[in-house]
Amino acid sequence: MSRDLHAQTLTQLAAGLERGDFSSVELTEALLGRIKSHNQTLNAFVTVTGEQALAAAKRADEARASGNAGVLNGLPLVHKDIFCTRDVLTTCGSRMLENFVSPYDATVVERFAGAGAVVLGKTNMDEFAMGSSNETSYFGPVKNPWRLECSPGGSSGGSAAAVAARLAPAATGTDTGGSIRQPAALTGTVGLKPTYGRVSRYGMIAFASSLDQAGVITRCAEDAALLLGVMAGFDERDSTCLDHPVPDYAAGLSKSLKGLRVGIVRQHFDAGLDEQTGAAVREALSVLESQGAVLTEVDLPNLDLSVPTYYVVAPAECSSNLSRFDGVRFGRRAEDPEDLYDLYCRSRGEGFGAEVKRRIMTGTYVLSAGYYDAYYLKAQKVRALIADDFRRAFAGVDVIAGPTSPTPAFKLGDKTDDPITMYLNDIYTIGANLAGLPGISTPCGLVEGLPVGLHLVGPHFGEETILRCAHQYEQLSDWHQACPEDFR
Amino acid sequence: MRGDWEVVIGLEVHSQLATESKIFSGAATAYGAEPNTQACLVDLGYPGVLPVLNEEVVRMAAKFGLAVNATVAQRSVFARKNYFYPDLPKGYQISQYELPIVEHGELFITDADGNDKRIGITRAHLEEDAGKSIHEGIDKSSRIDLNRAGTPLLEIVSEPELGSAKEAVAYMRKIHTLVRYLGISDGNMQEGSFRCDANVSVRPRGQKELGTRAELKNLNSFRFVEKAINFEIERQIELIEDGGKVLQETRLYDSDKDETRSMRSKEEANDYRYFPDPDLLPVEIDAAYIEAVREKLPELPDAKQQRFISEYGLKADDASILTGSIALADYFEAVAAATDAKAKLAANWVIGDLSGALNRDGLDIDVAKVEAAALAGLLDCIADDTISGKIAKEVFDAMWAGEGSAYDIIESRGLKQITDSSAIESVVDQVIAANPGQVAEYKAGKDKLIGFFVGQVMKETGGKANPGQVNAILKDKLKN
Repeated sequence: MSRDLHAQTLTQLAAGLERGDFSSVELTEALLGRIKSHNQTLNAFVTVTGEQALAAAKRADEARASGNAGVLNGLPLVHKDIFCTRDVLTTCGSRMLENFVSPYDATVVERFAGAGAVVLGKTNMDEFAMGSSNETSYFGPVKNPWRLECSPGGSSGGSAAAVAARLAPAATGTDTGGSIRQPAALTGTVGLKPTYGRVSRYGMIAFASSLDQAGVITRCAEDAALLLGVMAGFDERDSTCLDHPVPDYAAGLSKSLKGLRVGIVRQHFDAGLDEQTGAAVREALSVLESQGAVLTEVDLPNLDLSVPTYYVVAPAECSSNLSRFDGVRFGRRAEDPEDLYDLYCRSRGEGFGAEVKRRIMTGTYVLSAGYYDAYYLKAQKVRALIADDFRRAFAGVDVIAGPTSPTPAFKLGDKTDDPITMYLNDIYTIGANLAGLPGISTPCGLVEGLPVGLHLVGPHFGEETILRCAHQYEQLSDWHQACPEDFR
Repeated sequence: MRGDWEVVIGLEVHSQLATESKIFSGAATAYGAEPNTQACLVDLGYPGVLPVLNEEVVRMAAKFGLAVNATVAQRSVFARKNYFYPDLPKGYQISQYELPIVEHGELFITDADGNDKRIGITRAHLEEDAGKSIHEGIDKSSRIDLNRAGTPLLEIVSEPELGSAKEAVAYMRKIHTLVRYLGISDGNMQEGSFRCDANVSVRPRGQKELGTRAELKNLNSFRFVEKAINFEIERQIELIEDGGKVLQETRLYDSDKDETRSMRSKEEANDYRYFPDPDLLPVEIDAAYIEAVREKLPELPDAKQQRFISEYGLKADDASILTGSIALADYFEAVAAATDAKAKLAANWVIGDLSGALNRDGLDIDVAKVEAAALAGLLDCIADDTISGKIAKEVFDAMWAGEGSAYDIIESRGLKQITDSSAIESVVDQVIAANPGQVAEYKAGKDKLIGFFVGQVMKETGGKANPGQVNAILKDKLKN
């Protein structure tokens, strides 16, 4: 197939399918072929669902022939292995769920399927989404397509690598502290984390319920807008999912940036930021300015507290969320337990990896009697202060812009012995999770051959604004089109 | 109770709420289904599933709160109570902790001296029930039935203001009556829909500080509550008098042995690590909602009892029995309204023969084989002297057996009372003539023999003679 289908964006592929340039089956076959040739190198997938994908593609082609094409009819995508997919392995990157076949579909999975999308497989991830490098996965780390000895970021590293390497035009991800945006930045892709409550969490295996949000990793903002329109919206199965109208996200993309107020946070450009990454981001900001955006400095005084706050709140919730993995009803069960206690200890001891255990223990500690006030309650108070900072900032600006991650991709193994340094990787992204705000990362440069991202955060339900800003930036830059050499 | 010791008891009553579906899922709550057939993915705690509140439970809790004169919180919060147990699928129970939906309530019981005693209700909160572990009959393993997991419960916590096992039972009965009045629980204790834990301590009379308490778990009948508490009181007093110390611990009541025994001590107690459940929004209800609930409250047991006393002239005890359930009270009122007989007679019949027949056949009042209107018809026959009270019992039994209305049965069996004086007089004459010996004794002063003569007359008339007339005529004739 000479048409290089894998090189096209989702929007381009949608047009091609519509015109009848190729069928969904052809497209699916082409991408399954690429997955076959490259996944061994990248380890981006836990499961490839070739047969189901081809069957779905065939159905999509038939639907189109009979005039019943959905919005995403015949378009391939991949799901992070945190989303429950009926009759398909859903591992969450953990030995605990190594053999877990979900009996139901997550709402996100259901909505994409309903729109006619074709699922190529389930992508590798940090175990239970706890990690920023994909190294905590029980199934081994994902390699960064830009440089194989580097991490693609995490926890949605498999999704990011699959999109960056053109194995799939789009992927779902989840973002609890930066797990969509950071890997997007590190792999030269676009990563969108919507407002908390914009997308249903039903069927998404919970890490930290008050922070988790489903989103997408794509090749451009336009594709992200297309997918968000399908996945967003009220779901009665998730009490925290908000009943807020879903706009036509694609419609507003072309609006000019003239007069858009872009806030810059001084602390984002402090010592922790890699110099060249900073230069790339500044360059991107001047592009926005050249389009009529107005840059102003904003203050987020409690920003430095976001990482410690996050590492109290998220482990606390995870320690409770992961209690259901007890070896009793599903997941790993220790063989020949002596008694109940032994069943618990060994099932969980064998099933969970080191980082997950670390967070369960931290979370258990901060919730225990005598420590609750000093840690959990205080963290919740600081979280409210951080949310207030953003609210005040958004009174004067439409978007807050800065770097997504302090450095380009780091080498696998470089930070695994030092959790704190690893945690600091999410310093620019965590604030949006704590405040429940939407954020997007779009490629804005290459530093020594590795991509870096521009991070745009909007107010609650400000997806249209950040998508437009990213899209307009993409019209004047070609960083999002850059492709790692071995995957063209 | 021993005079030099004071007993302090607080109760935690768990009342299952009578909803169709579970508190956080759409699965049915019906009792008695095959194990694990009424547990959906949410109840099973599957990865990725989320709880969604059944709003009906909020309305029910608000109803209860208003009925016990409590504050119904406009904002309450669900929290997670974390502990591991195989019948707790998520590894945490969703409950309410810092901000329960009901606080600062009260109800009144009658104490040993017959006075009203106020018992404070600290709080009532909503929570989900756990599943059931079955250990019996299986070697070295246990089975789990998760049908009950996620069933809505209202946990009602009293102040430690109950002074005896009797008071504890009286309080529990009041709550039991109330939740059924409100229609928020079926109160079925055999099925575990209504059960309680009791916190029991003793202290020397006059001492200010409370003694160390033991918590008695899972008492599922009024009788067990009384027996378990009494056993525990004796145990604690003996222990202290022997120089020992009561330990703060959880104890289980064994009804077979009639004793409590230690389950776990305070040191072994779980740290539940409560925190607000991030999967659920705070429950927010406004004043208008609460008022709407208030408007729909039924007449409550205490008010109904007072009304029965003043409106029907009943004794407090009878009024209390008749207001024990709305169905019984309604039945009584229906009888009283439909009959010309006095309300007191209606009360006697409802409490006596009717309740007796229901008990004997194990029936609820709403399926009584003699309906209120029919019983009223029977009472009319007593009131207008068609039959005597004694004959009425026979008629009632026939009605219960489905033989028709009181009037039909009286007619077909020829039970109509003889009120014709000349007819009675002739029977009396016969009896006097046939029993000269007794007549002589009577005339000699043995007044008690009047009963004998009445009996003879009744025997002759098949019980149909009007007893009052028989008495008067006999006395008159024997005078001579």
